[in-house]
Amino acid sequence: MSAHMNNKQHTMIAWMEDKPGVLNRVAGLFRRRNFNIESLTVGHSETPGISRMTFVANGSDRDMKQIKTQLDKLINVTEVEDVTNSDPISRELALIKVKANSETRTEVMQITEIFRGHIIHVDMESVIIQIVGKVAQINSLLQLLNNFGILEMVRTGRIAMVRDQDHSQLSKTAVSAHQNGHQ
Amino acid sequence: MSNIKTGGQIIWESLIAEDVEVVFGLPGGAILPAYDDLAKYEYPIHHVLVTHEQGASHMADGYARATGRVGVCIATSGPGATNLITGLATAYMDSTPIVAITGQVPNSLLGRDGFQESDVQGVSLPVTKHNYLITDIRDLAMAIKEAFYIASTGRPGPVLVDVCKDVQQATMDFEYPKSIYLPGYNPNVNAPDSGDVTRAAELLNNAERPLIVSGQGVSIARAEKELRELAEKANIPVATSLLGIGTFPTTHPLSISWGGMHGEAYCNYALQDCDVLFAIGARLDDRLTGAFDTFAPKAKIIHADIDPAEMGKNLTIDTPVIGDALLILRELVPQVEANEHPAWLAQIQEWKSETTNRDILEQETDELVAPYIMRALWHETDEGDATIVTDVGQHQMWEAQYYNHTKPRSLLTSGGLGTMGYALPAAIGAQMGSPDEEIWVVAGDGGFQMTMVELSTIMQENLPIKIAIINNGYLGMVRQWQDVFYNKRHSGTPLFNPDFIKLAEAYGMAARRVTKKDEAIEAIKEAQNFDGPFLLEFQVEEFTNVYPMVAPGKSNADMIRRPAEATSEGN
Repeated sequence: MSAHMNNKQHTMIAWMEDKPGVLNRVAGLFRRRNFNIESLTVGHSETPGISRMTFVANGSDRDMKQIKTQLDKLINVTEVEDVTNSDPISRELALIKVKANSETRTEVMQITEIFRGHIIHVDMESVIIQIVGKVAQINSLLQLLNNFGILEMVRTGRIAMVRDQDHSQLSKTAVSAHQNGHQ
Repeated sequence: MSNIKTGGQIIWESLIAEDVEVVFGLPGGAILPAYDDLAKYEYPIHHVLVTHEQGASHMADGYARATGRVGVCIATSGPGATNLITGLATAYMDSTPIVAITGQVPNSLLGRDGFQESDVQGVSLPVTKHNYLITDIRDLAMAIKEAFYIASTGRPGPVLVDVCKDVQQATMDFEYPKSIYLPGYNPNVNAPDSGDVTRAAELLNNAERPLIVSGQGVSIARAEKELRELAEKANIPVATSLLGIGTFPTTHPLSISWGGMHGEAYCNYALQDCDVLFAIGARLDDRLTGAFDTFAPKAKIIHADIDPAEMGKNLTIDTPVIGDALLILRELVPQVEANEHPAWLAQIQEWKSETTNRDILEQETDELVAPYIMRALWHETDEGDATIVTDVGQHQMWEAQYYNHTKPRSLLTSGGLGTMGYALPAAIGAQMGSPDEEIWVVAGDGGFQMTMVELSTIMQENLPIKIAIINNGYLGMVRQWQDVFYNKRHSGTPLFNPDFIKLAEAYGMAARRVTKKDEAIEAIKEAQNFDGPFLLEFQVEEFTNVYPMVAPGKSNADMIRRPAEATSEGN
């Protein structure tokens, strides 16, 4: 996507039929349309047979409209919503393996506690921290942990949910379409 | 009561349920069970055996463009399927409805690099509107039904159904499904938003220099009559895109031909000067617009199209109108006020007389050149009463400039993908769909050779197709770019050609070589009067180039015009 003064980070949610190859279709579209995706997370939604994807992309409003309309054209994608301006609750989970011996372990544990993370594994040389939080919160924790030496890290990417009732209905449009049928 | 069928039978019976009468294909191991069922049960479907599977997908494309119906092609796994891809990509870019059925290795070999296995679903993914891999016979009929529905509705496009060999051999109790469930598919077949239509009407009513750009969407929606009503009611000049040629008669007083890279200069002037531009059923691609940020700089742009993703994809749009072109025009025409626009039309007329003389009609040469041949062909086909299927290159632009198309679907050409080799097989498909139509292939010597193996298909089916090869001994359009942008270094563009007359004779096809201007008309007549296919080779002046020309990435306002002193620019 073109660099633009109005570029900002957008959080989008897409609902799609849970069928083989759907993720490939979405990923292929992002690649061939030259859309840059920062993170992408997919899993079940509340509707059986419908998966829910949260992805984060940088670009202008116009870029995002292209992403949305192009995604909408995929036959298996039932709904796409840009929730950036809907003040969504967004969270990410990270597992972080940090160097920690008898000298540093206490400090690592204290920092983890400040960030509301949990130590879920300890051995003589390292600990594994689990943290669920906003992206910025996880980034801050990582910055501090860098001083001890991060051995391994995995992040899930952002998931998001909008507070008001209407948005929970979005994926239900698929259900009503099912009941009505085409033709 | 049970109705036990094999997967192969289900394929054919599903096609029959979709009113398919002809398919284009070539068998191989992984599709053999289906081919066996075709013969065994004598299904009433005409199978056209092609020479190369690329031909099959282009034939399905030509059939679809000529008739408006879904074209069907069929191939085996691996190389058979990958050979279809160029034709599918061509159809995808030009929104042509095709259903492609391919055989796939049996389930037991899937993913194990079996003989003639390729990931056809993966390979075809970016060049199809949708595709299926069928590993279970219970999904087969539904996939075919969905494929036809998806291919033919909304913005049409190719859909591929890849069927494992063991699925074709399996059996089940068959009933063709009556309804389908596609919760994520919205073909926008409903009426457009009335507020958008009203805004479009207001813009047009207040315009001083309005202009219509008509694209292929008008033809897909069969809205040519309504387009004409709109233009005539408010006296709005109509330009077309390349694929929109035929949606508005080029001979109509309000026609301003077509615009873009090789469109007529006066049309480009009008595009750049209009104050309201109403584009309908055209995707406004770079070949039409020139550099996006320079296109129609004075205009408020109304973009009417069935595909919401086209809105703002290339240009900043003032008023999008989403929907079927026919429904949009039906709502729009009553809201548009009668108007005259005399000053605007007079201005266009002034541009036209200058530019047409300079770029289009100024062909004072005794040499045999393609523009002359196109004019002659137009005249000899009752002034436009034929379907012309062009290849890609200089001849394609000349055909579009000099053959005045007056009827819908009378020019079939690969606009978006620019696929050389399209013309010959696409013409075969078109003739199969429209057996009574006079059909001409117009191809360059380069593109013709890419798919000329289908000459055997013409002979096999005894189709009365007339072929005009415009032979200048070069990949002409590439050579033209080298002339203009690469210091006339003709890198890889001179061609070694066969003797096209002997080639035709080898296939048993009548043929004639034309080397002189004064033989052209008589040769065209001879081809027309011949009862059967006929190949004409026109050996034209080598170095003639197409004008006007907008350099890629430049504005339509910066056209390279025909050099005033010469019609050719040899060494």
